[in-house]
Amino acid sequence: MSSPELNRPKRSRFAGVVGWELTITGLVFVALLGGALLSPDFLTGSNLSFLTANFSEVALMALSMTLLVIVAEIDLSVASILGLCSAVLGVLFAAGWPMPLAILACFVVGGLAGLFNGLLVTRLGLPSLAVTIGTLALYRGLAYVLLGDRAIAEFPAAYTNFGFGNVPGTLIPIPIALFLVLAVVTAIVLHATPFGRSLYAIGANEVAARFAGLRVERVKLTLFVVSGLMAALAAVVYTFRFSSARADNASGFELSVIAAVLLGGVSIFGGKGSVVGAVAAVFLIGIINGALTIVDVSNEILTIVTGLLLIGSVLVPNLLARARSARERQQLRRDAMR
Amino acid sequence: MNKRRLLLSSLAVTLGLGTLALAQTPALKKGLKITLLPKNINNPYNVTETRGGLDAAKEIGAVAKVVGPSDAGASSQVSYINTAIAQRQDALILAANDANALLPYLKRAMQAGVKVVTMDSDTAPEGRTLFINQANSEGIGRAQVQLVGKLTGYKGDIAILSATPNATNQNTWIKWMQEELKLPKYKNMKLVKIAYGNDDDQKSFTEMQGLIQAYPNLKGVISPTTVGISAGARYLSTSPLKGKVMLTGLGTPNQMRQFVKDGTVSAFQLWNPGDVGYLATYAAAALVSKQITGKTGETFMAGKLGKYTIGKNGEIVLGPPYTFDKSNIDKFNF
Repeated sequence: MSSPELNRPKRSRFAGVVGWELTITGLVFVALLGGALLSPDFLTGSNLSFLTANFSEVALMALSMTLLVIVAEIDLSVASILGLCSAVLGVLFAAGWPMPLAILACFVVGGLAGLFNGLLVTRLGLPSLAVTIGTLALYRGLAYVLLGDRAIAEFPAAYTNFGFGNVPGTLIPIPIALFLVLAVVTAIVLHATPFGRSLYAIGANEVAARFAGLRVERVKLTLFVVSGLMAALAAVVYTFRFSSARADNASGFELSVIAAVLLGGVSIFGGKGSVVGAVAAVFLIGIINGALTIVDVSNEILTIVTGLLLIGSVLVPNLLARARSARERQQLRRDAMR
Repeated sequence: MNKRRLLLSSLAVTLGLGTLALAQTPALKKGLKITLLPKNINNPYNVTETRGGLDAAKEIGAVAKVVGPSDAGASSQVSYINTAIAQRQDALILAANDANALLPYLKRAMQAGVKVVTMDSDTAPEGRTLFINQANSEGIGRAQVQLVGKLTGYKGDIAILSATPNATNQNTWIKWMQEELKLPKYKNMKLVKIAYGNDDDQKSFTEMQGLIQAYPNLKGVISPTTVGISAGARYLSTSPLKGKVMLTGLGTPNQMRQFVKDGTVSAFQLWNPGDVGYLATYAAAALVSKQITGKTGETFMAGKLGKYTIGKNGEIVLGPPYTFDKSNIDKFNF
């Protein structure tokens, strides 16, 4: 007698996810093709180059968010950390600090902001959703305290070229090249190291992970700090890309980051997801936005499309899973009748 | 004989016309592709402004469109600038949300051959060829005094209800108001007080009350700030001096409509945003058609608004502020 319950573990834990990733990656090409059909100006090197540069900050923050969501936590304060770090960078540079030192300070602030989130979550046992809604406001407020409605703008060309330019000889924006390198690093850490494997264990069942001897608190704290540091890196990119340090920089970006991560197949309930999915989803959202913008679709519609994608990304895998379990139940009943 | 003269004169006329045509600047090109990019869309001020641009585009046979973000964030306009490049637009007209954040992208647009004109809110000069300024400080300051003079019959005490004591734009306007008051036609008018409402509704309200109590011979108040003029009008509308003390200044039609209708305020000023967009579109079309290159002193025709001259740094001033009163306020919604 073959028991379906025993057969189940044979299917990879990633089975559902891999299917989803393929779907998303396929959709990236569909979106590219669609864009090309919509406008002859879409599939040009310079347009695609710009289009990808335009989501570099979201892409960078999506990497660390993927890790956090896999352990069933979330960081809604990333865009505010970006704003705060951007303000710190601008204020220190304006005060005459050498740029490398100002950038270093920007990372220190980002790391501390992440640490503060992490301590509230791990030491006080507060839900990260609530904690980071609070720090979302707190960090943005601090950025306004530092800069008010001022903008600091005159950064040296060498740095703004880093944010704005392409890798010499190619049309690949420098921030995107940086992102691709970090995406590979994140993928290796997540999928090929014990630390990475432990994230899935924690996300799938925290109590079990604790009994298995995993240092859940320390892992989570690390991930919050990484999230803060990634937001600081995104702040450096943003500040130089627009050559503008302002307190309101990147406000609202947290939603795009979370949308990308969830659309990429990372489960909001933890324990499931991959870097490839998140990266593909970042590109998908960016390309859809770019294609719709070039045919002059209004901003409201763009927001609606992103919203629908997000709902779809939660809904579709859920429906598929239900259909699958219904099929299995049916199979089970048939086996029992035999 | 007669016939010959006719022939000769017609020849002369033709020749004359010919030389005239030669001396004329190139005509505006037809079918220009123009993108209008306001600070954000769905804001009534910006809607009026871009509608002016679309009107001008219709007059000159250009294909114009309005695109823009729903928030006025520093970088939200960037993807629209890129789109204008990718779509190979002839001109991009924008009100910049940030003087510097857009700069590298605007430079890239200019390199790609898109003519860039700013209106309302400028970028650093290297990011555009022309800037359409609604009004300059001298024009605003002088026009406010001219209006209050006309309303009060050039007699009596006047006061100014400003924003904060160190607001640069306010103080420059006040300086020009004082210049204008030196002219002989204002010899029976006296500026008795400059009060500061700090752009705070409550403070402006009580300052207006104070002015009216302290100066019994007060005939006019200029409040060159949208917060001040509406708070002042609110106080005046319930005071027995309603319709006797002439309140004017800078306000928006939507904010002042009720006070104009109930007789508290007879006239106030601001620029007409529709004209800003209209002028910007003509300026952009003149640039693309090579009538002008953006140099100081060049002139061009802007449809119903007439002839304009480029000032220094590529700045073009729309003109003296526009006066709103009972007769025209309902034509505006911003």
